[in-house]
Amino acid sequence: MKYDDYIYDLSRPGRTGVDLPAPDVPETPIPAEFLRDELPLPELSLPQVARHYLRLSQKNYAVDKGFYPLGSCTMKYNPKVNEWAARLPGFAAIHPLQDPATVQGAMGLMYDLQQMIAEIAGFDAVSLQPAAGAHGEFTGVLIMRAAQLARGETQRHKILVPDSAHGTNPASTAMAGFTAVQIPSDADGNVDIEALKGALDDEVIGIMITNPNTLGLFESHLVEVARLVHEAGGLVYGDGAYLNAIMGIVRPGDLGIDVMHFNLHKTFSTPHGGGGPGSGPVGVTAELAEFLPGPVVALSDEGDEYIWKQPAQSIGRMKSFHGNFGVMVKAYTYIKMHGADGLRQVSEMAVLNANYMQARILQMGDYPIPYGHRHCMHETVAQGKISGADDVHTLDIAKRLIDYDYHPPTIYFPLIVHEALMIEPTETEDKETLDGFLETLDRIADEARTHPDLLHEAPVNAPTRRLDEVRAARNPILVRLPSTTVTS
Amino acid sequence: MRYIPHTEAERRSMMEVIGIQDIDELFADVPADVRYPQLDLPQPMTEMEVMRELDMMAAENANLREFASFLGAGAYNHFVPAIVDTVISRGEFYTAYTPYQPEISQGTLQAAFEYQSMVAALTGMEVVNASHYDGATAVAEAAIMAVNVLRHKRRTIVVSPSLHPQYRQVLRTYTQGMEMKIVGDELDGNDFHALIDLCDKDTALVIVQNPDFLGQLHTPQEMQDLADAVHAKGALLAVATDPIALGLLKPPGDYGADIVTAEGHVLGNSVSFGGPYLGIFAFRKKYVRKSSGRLVGETIDVDGKKGYVLTLSTREQHIRREKATSNICSNQALNALAAAAYLAAMGKHGLRKVAELSWHKAHYAAQQIAQLDGYEVVGDKPFFKEFVVKCPRPVAEINQYLLEEYGIIGGYDLSQEYPGLGDAMLLCVTEMNAREEIDDLVTALGEAAAPMIRLEVTL
Repeated sequence: MKYDDYIYDLSRPGRTGVDLPAPDVPETPIPAEFLRDELPLPELSLPQVARHYLRLSQKNYAVDKGFYPLGSCTMKYNPKVNEWAARLPGFAAIHPLQDPATVQGAMGLMYDLQQMIAEIAGFDAVSLQPAAGAHGEFTGVLIMRAAQLARGETQRHKILVPDSAHGTNPASTAMAGFTAVQIPSDADGNVDIEALKGALDDEVIGIMITNPNTLGLFESHLVEVARLVHEAGGLVYGDGAYLNAIMGIVRPGDLGIDVMHFNLHKTFSTPHGGGGPGSGPVGVTAELAEFLPGPVVALSDEGDEYIWKQPAQSIGRMKSFHGNFGVMVKAYTYIKMHGADGLRQVSEMAVLNANYMQARILQMGDYPIPYGHRHCMHETVAQGKISGADDVHTLDIAKRLIDYDYHPPTIYFPLIVHEALMIEPTETEDKETLDGFLETLDRIADEARTHPDLLHEAPVNAPTRRLDEVRAARNPILVRLPSTTVTS
Repeated sequence: MRYIPHTEAERRSMMEVIGIQDIDELFADVPADVRYPQLDLPQPMTEMEVMRELDMMAAENANLREFASFLGAGAYNHFVPAIVDTVISRGEFYTAYTPYQPEISQGTLQAAFEYQSMVAALTGMEVVNASHYDGATAVAEAAIMAVNVLRHKRRTIVVSPSLHPQYRQVLRTYTQGMEMKIVGDELDGNDFHALIDLCDKDTALVIVQNPDFLGQLHTPQEMQDLADAVHAKGALLAVATDPIALGLLKPPGDYGADIVTAEGHVLGNSVSFGGPYLGIFAFRKKYVRKSSGRLVGETIDVDGKKGYVLTLSTREQHIRREKATSNICSNQALNALAAAAYLAAMGKHGLRKVAELSWHKAHYAAQQIAQLDGYEVVGDKPFFKEFVVKCPRPVAEINQYLLEEYGIIGGYDLSQEYPGLGDAMLLCVTEMNAREEIDDLVTALGEAAAPMIRLEVTL
């Protein structure tokens, strides 16, 4: 028996982890017809539970363990004070439906966060309700739809999406009931202006654009793109996943973006939590403010009290209550500790680190960087195409990095770069760490030529070796209970 | 500077490698007229200063550790054993990303698989996904999934008027561009026959809540009859439920539900002003390929050793883009981990006790309040931990008295969403409410009924 065995295998009949007080009120019988026959939960002691989860945690890689250059994900250091803040009883133990007079501190925090996000990105209004980036995107597309319906433009149903975009962009488009139309990139990695012009007509709701884009490049045509889309009566949606590159450098609102989501769990370092909770606030221009999901926090007319306010033409509610408040507390803490100059330094150092890596990788010459002729922003997209090692692929390089105790970069994204290795170092990494990683990339390129099996068989120094994903999908085992194994 | 490690010398040497003299050169692509805006943000604070400020802001809020609360309505004050926070505070868990590299994410993946299994056990369902954002978005995803399962040939969703009002709002927001029709909540009361009568050849899904938003419990037989009737009409049944109640009560999987959703924050997650919460989403296995959200599956590695991976991802946005079953990417992984640790720590005996305590205390409170002049406990069905009380004066006034005179946070005012009930409040009692708190509530309600009590805003 090992503590990291499957949790039901640790269970023994009669064990209890947590005792509860005896009833201090007279008991009321529970009608038998309502009672369940059995409750097949495990029976464990608390020491078992503690060891089980600690052992499981040790099988994870994490930012607190080491370098995590996962492109597109902004895996920077997660400040511990943020965690402390979100756990204060005055934040963690308040009910969302309390009388506003009893939660003015929390509402004030939300109000200030709305204002600070609007200021950082150049918007007029912000709703904090969306729970994650994709949720914010969906919100943004619904806002665009509502705004154009309000103008009576019912014929519009297409959203333009560059071929370098995140998969969430076309997926959010489809959820809003629209058609995604793909726009190619040009030789410099920007949106192809001629293709854009060809696609613009009076059926276009707008464009969803990521800037910097997923190639790690600043869209140098963005102002032109926005102008063309606006002239065609469309709106410009900004995917805010990469705000970490441009804080204090440029405000998306100043570039002509009408609506944008923010990933508080990326840019403002509320942790990612192994897959959430995130938080995906949406910022908009003044003309779209009345369409935001609500309620948002506003100041009373007298200016002495925070109140809930439903925007007049709101798309509706995206989530119960007020959004992922605990995540907001962390983002607020982060922004307050940085201020304007601090945020600009964050972006400058994130971009410096990425360009340093790009320059060194180009010097090493093992990994092509298709758009390496331009300075990158916060990340660079290389390729796992090592000359003289034709049967080695990006996946092998990624798995070999695991053996050297690094988290691999994002792989095979963006889709338009063959064998992509998307590297985002973030600003919180020091030069020794970057140098160590670069030397490892170099060593792996040598191994790829001389001992390719080391790559094909990697990882060997990890809690498991390569896992059979085809088997998992072909005959899915998604639940395992003591009496039955449920397969799909 | 904060979390940035670069020394000036390092900065210089890095710029040299890049071939630039100044950092500004890296931003040459940014249009000059909008480059380097002066951001109007507060002056930066040190950690010591920001902790002081946050302490003060937090102290402005009336928190449930200091105030007795009888407020529920979708967010509940249940006990969270200390071990849960210990687990989710492990840096290895909370500073990891989505487990895209399974070999170094087995902790997250195994914990998620165990979450799926324990929640399957709790709900009586065959498959549970790794989470949606909350109870409301899980309901919206259920509607979308049902329409997909029925291949878009049926597009009407019938919802019970006693489904949480915010769940119904989110359902409408989500589906506004999907050419779906949502009906049912214009009805009065919670009579299933009226809902069944609304079902026709276009009905894809019927959504009810049990225990419902007003606390009322439908018997397993009533639920089974509903499921049979809905299935006879060719539609699916979704049941939103309370995971704590399932410590005691028959789960929806036992009475014919096709999809089960729940607000899962009650399992080990703090109330936290409404989020981050946990959208529980469970369903019959035959629908798995039309389902949304992440799924963790068991497999083996090349040495034959057991391991876990994200699976069936061809349903998801990063593979299928506009053809995906949902756009969901980040979900509520750490909240699901908290729920798993909670279920593991409480186990089958602990969870049952939590449910029993909530039942007994809620019924004690209702019995006491029923004896007060001017108050009436309404509803013709049994209830679990919430119940509706008709009040002799507006709920807002009563709650103000409770708060000011007794430091009690009263029940949810139903007058906006259920005007037909008159001056009615939804009270919630859990294992966290000591008998003295309940007795104080009863005393305070009795006093607040008297019209001579003068109310002043002093807070």
